[in-house]
Amino acid sequence: MTSQHWMLVPQNPALSVLILLALAMLFLYAARTPMHTLIRSSARALVGPLRLGARSLVATANAIACRNKAVLLAYGRRETGQRIEREFERVGALVTRELQGYPALQRKLLDEITRVEEDYRKCGEVPPPPPEWVEAVAAMASVKSGNEMVQRVLDEVRRSVDAIHDKALAEYRKSCESRHRILEGFMPFWRSLDKTLGRVDRNISALQASATAVDAHMQRYEQIVAATDRAEHELTVSAFTQFAISLLVVLVAAGGAFINFKLIALPMSEMVGAGDYITGTLRTSEVAALVIILVEASMGVFLLEALRITHLFPRFANLGDHVRRRIFWVALTLLVTLAGVEAALALMRDMLIADKQALLQSLATVPQPAVTDGWVGRIPTAGQMVLGFMLPFALAFVAIPLESLIHASRTVGGVLLAGLVRASAFGLRLASNLARHASRVAIAVYDVAIVLPLLVERAVAAKSPRRMTDDIEDAEETHA
Amino acid sequence: MRRLLVLAGAFLLLSCGDSRDHRHAVYLLVDTSGTYAQESAKAQLIINYLLGTLQPGDSLAVARVESRSFSEKDIIARATFDTRPSQANAQKRAFRDRIDANLKSIAPSRYTDITGGMIQGAEYLNETGAGRKTLIVFSDMQEELDKVTRRNFPINLKDIRVVAVNVVKLNTDNVDPRRYLGRLEDWKKRVEAAGASEWRVINDLERLDALLARS
Repeated sequence: MTSQHWMLVPQNPALSVLILLALAMLFLYAARTPMHTLIRSSARALVGPLRLGARSLVATANAIACRNKAVLLAYGRRETGQRIEREFERVGALVTRELQGYPALQRKLLDEITRVEEDYRKCGEVPPPPPEWVEAVAAMASVKSGNEMVQRVLDEVRRSVDAIHDKALAEYRKSCESRHRILEGFMPFWRSLDKTLGRVDRNISALQASATAVDAHMQRYEQIVAATDRAEHELTVSAFTQFAISLLVVLVAAGGAFINFKLIALPMSEMVGAGDYITGTLRTSEVAALVIILVEASMGVFLLEALRITHLFPRFANLGDHVRRRIFWVALTLLVTLAGVEAALALMRDMLIADKQALLQSLATVPQPAVTDGWVGRIPTAGQMVLGFMLPFALAFVAIPLESLIHASRTVGGVLLAGLVRASAFGLRLASNLARHASRVAIAVYDVAIVLPLLVERAVAAKSPRRMTDDIEDAEETHA
Repeated sequence: MRRLLVLAGAFLLLSCGDSRDHRHAVYLLVDTSGTYAQESAKAQLIINYLLGTLQPGDSLAVARVESRSFSEKDIIARATFDTRPSQANAQKRAFRDRIDANLKSIAPSRYTDITGGMIQGAEYLNETGAGRKTLIVFSDMQEELDKVTRRNFPINLKDIRVVAVNVVKLNTDNVDPRRYLGRLEDWKKRVEAAGASEWRVINDLERLDALLARS
C-alpha cells in the first residue's frame, strides 16, 4: 500500500506516471524563465570569480617572471662581470710578468742579432789571391821544349808553384776551418733566438686567447645588460644545469655525511650516554654525532669563505685580510681537531663492536673459536680511522656546490613557481569555461524536458510575430 | 638581546626532548620447584639472550621461585646497565658470571609461589622507573602453595608485559590437555585483571625474539 501512494490512478501505474509527467512538464514550463535565469546567474557567479582568479594568477605569474628575469640578469651581470674582471687580471698578470721585461728581451734579441751579423760577416769566404804568376808560367810554357835551360826553369817553377799551392791550400783550409768554427758558434745564439721568439709567440697566443675570451664575455655581458631574451634563456639553462650538478654533488656529500654519521654515532654514546632520546627513535648520541658533522661542515664553509672561494656571507667579503687570515686559521684548527676526534671515535667504534662481539660469543650456547685475523683484521680499523679523519675535510668542500645550489635554486624555484601559477591560472580558466558551457547544457536539457509545451507555445506564437521575436531574443540570450 | 635569543633557542631544543622513558626493565622469574629445576639450563639460555639484547641503561633482574617468593632474598642477580656501552658490556659479563655461579647450585623448592614472585617482580620493575617493563616467568605455571601462604587476592601488574616461557606440559596435562589449557587461561585472566599490558606464552625457545618485542 505504501509503495503505491504516489499513484494518482490506483492500480494503474502507467497512467499515473503519464499524469505526473504531464504535471511536472507544466510546472517546469511555468518555471522556465526563472529557472533559466537561475542557471545563468549561478554560472555567472561561478565564472566571474574563476576568470578573475585566473587573471590575477596570470598577472602574478607575469610579476614573478619579471622578478625572476631581473634577479637572473643581475646575477648573470655580476657573474660575467667577475669573469671579465678575472680575465683582465689574468691578462694584466701576463703583461706584467712577460711584457714588462719586453724592452730587455728586445735588447737581448738585438744584441744577439748584431752578434750573429758580425759573426756572419767574419765567416764570409775570402777568395784566394789571384795567381799573378800564372801568366809567367804560361809564357814559359809556350817556349819550345827541348831546351834544357828552360826545362830546368820550368821544373823549378813547378816546384815553387807546388810549394806555394800547398801553402795556399793549407791557409785556405785553415781559413775555412775558422769560418766553420764561427758558424758552429752561431748555434747557441740561434737556439736562444728561437727560444726567445717561441716564448714571445706563446705570450702573444695567450694574450690573443684571453682577448678572445674577454670578447666573448663582453658580448655576453652586453646581451645581459640589454636584457635580451637570448641572454635570459642562456642564463636560465645555465642555472638549471648548475642546479642539477650542484644537487648531485650535494647528494654525494650527504652520502659522505651519512657514512661519517654512522662512524661516530655509536662511540658518541660513550660520551653522552646511550639512554637519552630526543624523539621516539632518535638518540641524543645520534644528534650529538650529527651536530659534530654539521659543525665540521660549518667550519668548511668558514674556511672557504675566508679563502674567498665562496661568497655565502657578505660580511666575510668586507673583512680585512688580517681578520680573514685569523678566521682561516681558527677554522682550520677546529677542523683538524674535529677530524682527529672523529678518527679517535672511529677507533673507539671498532673497539666497542669488537667488545660487543666478544660478549655475544661468550654468551653463545655453542662456543665459537676466536678468529685471529692478524694484520688483515686491522685493515678495516685503519680504514675507519682514515675515513674518520678525511671525511671532515671532504665535507668542508661542500660549501662550493652548496653556494651554487642556493644561487641556482632561486632561479629554478622562480621558474617552477611561475609555471605553477600559470598552470593554476589555466586550470581556473578551464573551470570557468566548463561552468559556462555546463550552464548552456543545463538550459538545453531543461528545454528538452519541456519540449511538448514549447512546441505548443511555438505553434501559438506562429500566429503572433511579436511573441516569436521575444522567443528568438530569449534563445540568443541563452546561448550568450 | 642576542644572548636572550641564544638562551631561548637552547631552551627550545631542550624542551623538544622526548619525555618518555625509553629504558627497558626485565624481571625473570625462574621456577626451581620439583622436576622443573632440571630446566635451569634453558633458563641460562634465556638469560644469555637477554644479556645480549638489552641496551645500555636497561635493567635486568633474575629471581627464583620458591615456596614463598615475595622476598628480595630470592633475587639471584640484578643490574641496571650503565649508559656507556663499554661499561654496560663489563656489567653484563659480571652478571653472567654471577648467574653461572648461582643458578646451578639452587636447591629445588617444595612449593611454587609464582604469585609472590610476580608481586616481587612488579615491585622491582616499578622501582626502576623504566618506560617498558617485562616480567618473564620461566615456569610450568603450576602454582603450589603451602597451607599458610595466602595469595588469593588481586595483584597489580599495571603496564607490565607478562611472558610465560617454556610452559612445559605435566603428566596430568597429558592425560587431560584441558588442564593445561585451562591453567594458561586462568593465568591470562588473572594477569589481565591485574592490569598487565600484555600476556604472552612462548614455548619455542628458538623464537626468543618475541620476548622483548612490542605487541
